[in-house]
Amino acid sequence: MSATVASPEGFQLPAEQRRLVRWTIYIGYFALFAGVAHGFAQALSYAGINILRFFPFLQGYYQGLTAHGVANALFFTFAFSNGFLPLLTSRALARPLKTPLLHASLWTLVVANVLVIFAVSTNRASVLYTSYAPLQAHWTYYLGLVLLVVSSYIAAAHMFILLGGWRKENRGVRIPLLAFISVASYAMWILASLGIAVSFIGFLLPWSLGILERTDPLLNRTLFWLTGHAIVYVWLLPAYISWYALVPRQVGGKLISDPLTRLVFVMFLLLSVPTGFHHQYTDPGISTQMKAFHGLMTFGVFYPSLATAFSVVASLEMGGRNRGGTGVLRWIKKLPWDDPSVAAQLLAMFTFVFGGITGLINASYIVNQVVHNTAWIPGHFHMTVGSAVALTLMGIAYWLIPYLTDRKLWGRKLAVAQSWFYTVGVLIFARGMISGGLDGMPRRTFIAEASYTKDSWALAGALTGIGGTLMTIGALLFFVVIGMTIWKGQKGEGPKDIPFAHALLPASENRWDVKLDRLGLWFLVAVLLVVIAYGPFFLGYLPPHLVSPGFRIF
Amino acid sequence: MTMRIERYEKAFLGVGAGMLVIFLLALGFTSISMGINLPGRAGEIDPASVRAIPPFNNPGVRELGPGRYEVVMVASAWAFQPNEIRVPAGSEVTFMATTTDVIHGLHVDGTLVNMMLIPGQVSRNTYRFDEPGEHLMVCHEFCGVGHHIMSGKVVVE
Ligand code: HEM
Ligand SMILES: [Cu+2]
Ligand SMILES: [Cu+2]
Repeated sequence: MSATVASPEGFQLPAEQRRLVRWTIYIGYFALFAGVAHGFAQALSYAGINILRFFPFLQGYYQGLTAHGVANALFFTFAFSNGFLPLLTSRALARPLKTPLLHASLWTLVVANVLVIFAVSTNRASVLYTSYAPLQAHWTYYLGLVLLVVSSYIAAAHMFILLGGWRKENRGVRIPLLAFISVASYAMWILASLGIAVSFIGFLLPWSLGILERTDPLLNRTLFWLTGHAIVYVWLLPAYISWYALVPRQVGGKLISDPLTRLVFVMFLLLSVPTGFHHQYTDPGISTQMKAFHGLMTFGVFYPSLATAFSVVASLEMGGRNRGGTGVLRWIKKLPWDDPSVAAQLLAMFTFVFGGITGLINASYIVNQVVHNTAWIPGHFHMTVGSAVALTLMGIAYWLIPYLTDRKLWGRKLAVAQSWFYTVGVLIFARGMISGGLDGMPRRTFIAEASYTKDSWALAGALTGIGGTLMTIGALLFFVVIGMTIWKGQKGEGPKDIPFAHALLPASENRWDVKLDRLGLWFLVAVLLVVIAYGPFFLGYLPPHLVSPGFRIF
Repeated sequence: MTMRIERYEKAFLGVGAGMLVIFLLALGFTSISMGINLPGRAGEIDPASVRAIPPFNNPGVRELGPGRYEVVMVASAWAFQPNEIRVPAGSEVTFMATTTDVIHGLHVDGTLVNMMLIPGQVSRNTYRFDEPGEHLMVCHEFCGVGHHIMSGKVVVE
């Protein structure tokens, strides 16, 4: 039997390092908590109910929406991955982490938080997380987000160093799968982040400081989306890692195919970035040919997700049958639904089916004109990042926090109920948003106070409000369970190791899949694809059109 | 067991690839045969002097020929100019739009008129209004505190 880690018998992370990983991840869940609070207000606003007066520290809807996007989509996801991916790499290679690097990444993240919280809470940065120029935020906002990226670079470098050290001592040995997919995920992020790095450091930060007087809105927007589509896969891949390599073990099955899993992650490395124009289908200034090409690539990057659907379901089925399940679908009932970590992630996978389908619709070139920037879009992505990812990260917390604190999970039953609340909530919410969007209801809009409305929006809005309320309850229950675990969980009763799965079809020593381990080479191919996908645009467009002064009209 | 799964896997991935190709062909076909397209490059403009440069110095609706209209639209925080557009049913309307300040959106409910207005760029798209009726027109990109009061209507007579 081949393991997906170097040392299946066991490996213990030093206590000090566990503590640093733990605090990095706590920051992520804090961010989720902060973000969700205003999510509730947003959902009610779509139902026509304005509860902003109960948020005395907020001056407006868009300030809260900025907090929601930045906290949930950026700080939650990256803080989690900054802790989780190095942890998995360390476990997979059975090598301890480097304490100074853990400190560096954690403290950079803390400073990033302080800066962004300052800027957003004082209403100096209500520009929404996409940061579209020429709306101009305070420099602390841009600097804070740059530091968030820096903290993720430190985490990435940390993983590369661990892997480099391991390879030196294990020449010719296949990289343990769990390390490979963790490292590949952040390698993709390094490439993807190039866009916002150039935009924030080269344009927005100096512009907010008055060093540059004007900026280029279309160029910054394009750089944002160069990163911005791939970023959704950076959010998603930690969830995929769990679905491929951890959940099968938790349900008593196996990872189906090591080579296919590696191939899927290499495909994400190659195809995630050259797709960004699908967020700019309705933009001026970009040729329709370029848009069509990115559309094609987007369909390409859908493919590894299809492969994932197959593999993950096959793993689950194996688990269900091993547990005595039979029939075509009846094995599903035999899965350990009473394990909160499993329940949350199974439900996350379920919502992702709808997230994926609606995503393919968004990507469908001219069809995008029907839904672009309508409420449909948040309907779609609360079934991807807002639940497939968020619920998976909650599910992971149900073993990870006990593992990192060595405490027993508190309130198992409540934890199971939590993910059901959230799932039922998000499906109702998304049904509301999606139908509202098809009926012309705009996103990013304070509907409760808008000067216009349509009678037919009432039902869509009500469903959004009801679903959002259930989601909020689900999220709050999560914080109760985790908070109580940290505070009251039985000491010494946490899991002793992470739940990695074994592979049914292991990595080979001499077949085609050996080439997959050449991450450096694949990275270069990915760079080449980005040059092909974006080169013609930049060649025809540059130099930057510095036409816009900053506007602070929020 | 392993062999069977590998066979299923191949079949699944083959069917999946086939479906994606069919979707793409359908998209290519509708786009070309029905003449629906996305906005592309339609010119550049200095946002500070939009109101001095033709045609944007004179926003409004004008007839280009029988059944063909042009809407010249200037968006600024937080209003569209013009904010009420009247055209006869069956007309083909070309929207030419830009912004004087921040990014705005232009969405005419129930139609494919859905575009971003970006400082420095001219946005253009054409749509045929077949049925008489009234369409809500909103700004659907966040553009500051007044974003949710930025709207208008298209009346097809
Ligand atoms: C209780 C749970 C949640 C509720 C009720 C909720 C509700 C909402 C609503 C109503 C919007 C649309 C606001 C608008 O367009 O005006 C929104 C936007 C958004 N949500 Fe959530 N949400 C929740 C959780 C999450 C989670 C867990 C994530 C990600 C991890 C997330 C990510 C986002 C993002 C990125 C946006 C877009 C922000 C923007 O347009 O700038 N949300 N949310
Ligand atoms: Cu995207
Ligand atoms: Cu607006």
